[in-house]
Amino acid sequence: MKSKLEVEHLCYSYHTLEGETKALSDISFDVRDGEFYAIVGPSGCGKSTLLSLLCGLIEPEEGKIRIDGVERRDSHAAIGYMLQRDHLFEWRTIFNNVTLGLEIQKRLDEKAKEELRAMLKTYGLSQFQESKPAQLSGGMRQRAALIRTLALKPDILLLDEPFSALDYQTRLEVCDDISTIIRTQKKTALLITHDLSEAISVADRILILSSRPARVKHVLEIHFDKEYDRPLSRRNAPEFSAYFNELWKELKTHD
Amino acid sequence: MTEPSLSQQEFIERERYHRNKVRICRIMLLVLLLALWELCASLHMIDAFIFSSPRRIGSCFIKMAADGSIFLHVGVTLWETLVSFFLVVTVGVAAAVALWASRSLSEILEPYLVMLNSLPKSALAPLLIVWLGNNMRTIIVAAVSVAVFGSILTLHTGFMQTDPDKIRLIQSLGGTKKDILLKVLIPSSVPLIISNMKVNVGLCLVGVIIGEFLSAKAGLGYLIIYASQVFTCEYPLTGKTMD
Ligand SMILES: Nc1ncnc2c1ncn2[C@@H]1O[C@H](COP(=O)(O)OP(=O)(O)OP(=O)(O)O)[C@@H](O)[C@H]1O
Ligand SMILES: [Mg+2]
Repeated sequence: MKSKLEVEHLCYSYHTLEGETKALSDISFDVRDGEFYAIVGPSGCGKSTLLSLLCGLIEPEEGKIRIDGVERRDSHAAIGYMLQRDHLFEWRTIFNNVTLGLEIQKRLDEKAKEELRAMLKTYGLSQFQESKPAQLSGGMRQRAALIRTLALKPDILLLDEPFSALDYQTRLEVCDDISTIIRTQKKTALLITHDLSEAISVADRILILSSRPARVKHVLEIHFDKEYDRPLSRRNAPEFSAYFNELWKELKTHD
Repeated sequence: MTEPSLSQQEFIERERYHRNKVRICRIMLLVLLLALWELCASLHMIDAFIFSSPRRIGSCFIKMAADGSIFLHVGVTLWETLVSFFLVVTVGVAAAVALWASRSLSEILEPYLVMLNSLPKSALAPLLIVWLGNNMRTIIVAAVSVAVFGSILTLHTGFMQTDPDKIRLIQSLGGTKKDILLKVLIPSSVPLIISNMKVNVGLCLVGVIIGEFLSAKAGLGYLIIYASQVFTCEYPLTGKTMD
């Protein structure tokens, strides 16, 4: 299958007057079209920095990012970025929150609004369209944030620990929900997570990063039988604990 | 609409009772204080000539209302306050946005703003008369100068505290600095702007009164000065009540 996203020898440092913080050193990997790619690594190793680079919020110091074979800067591919917290705006209704991206890009017309209403309906939020975010549960807010991201029809979705603010049970459900949504829409997705079981339950491949400055330690391929296609059912598959141990061992080893 | 449930009705009932209680107690407190004042004055526990009394103030007010002069003074002060308040809010918000948009500008101007804010503006008022003349413009400039620098500093500090992740969200959606301003900064600062406006109304009134002390032919500040010169305490107290 062809590569959707190629990252080559990416380096990045933060500069402050106190000194330089090297966040990424020589990161290379590629993500296939339609793949669900998880990234794990110790806290503070540079995972969020990596997503900011992919999204274009910051420019790499060295290295290249290519989308569909084209340099990121010249590519017209839409990239959706979902942050750690939902960041729904409390002063807007849910509907006006999900239209935010289209509004900024001046693409909000009747047709787009219709599509968004349908999407809200599919994901069980239609009766909350006119509610304020404070009236929604954590899981619903996260789903609204996903719709806000999907509204721009991104080719690639970047998810930065999108479930970490939720309690455990909601987290399992929302993770199941959201990854099913992403899979049915056949999007390419990169998911950052601290939770190893979460990574195994959703991903096709898992990229393991070292502690700061982040380097690629290992890429783990995940295969499950067809019957275990949903995240929740994957957790019951016999291979699950084997993958977990392997991932755990990879993260543990210091080299 | 369905009938609200019994517990909801009870809740509303309790809430209404509470509000009424607060309102009635407030009024009673005012009446009590006025009565106490009047009592002390008529029992000669305080000198009614210096401290006046509610009854004297009332009759003075009626007298001034009858010849219409009180309305002129109140109207002038109110108008000056409103104009300077409007100026403070527009200039304050605009300047705070400009400082937010340019890091260099804000760092260059910061010490000047802090200095201007801590300057005693009432001491400047006589200078203003010399510069601008003895007219309403001076009064408005004085009032604006009392409130505007603090307002800029407060709003700017508030603007700088906007959640950086919300800004990243706008940027990741392809938004520019203008989108950040219109979609995050201003809406999320509405409570701050409103509370700042409340402070500004008060400060503008103070500024207008100070200005009127020095250079006015009408207004409550003029009334207070006039009265203290002719030593009738009913006048300024009536003026103050109107505030
Ligand atoms: N704006 C910044 N200025 C300076 N240093 C920064 C900045 N942002 C991040 N860093 C540093 O870069 C390193 C990587 O940060 P990053 O946020 O990418 O980590 P992370 O892997 O996402 O961490 P976590 O898992 O806790 O979210 C951290 O050590 C952090 O201290
Ligand atoms: Mg992070």
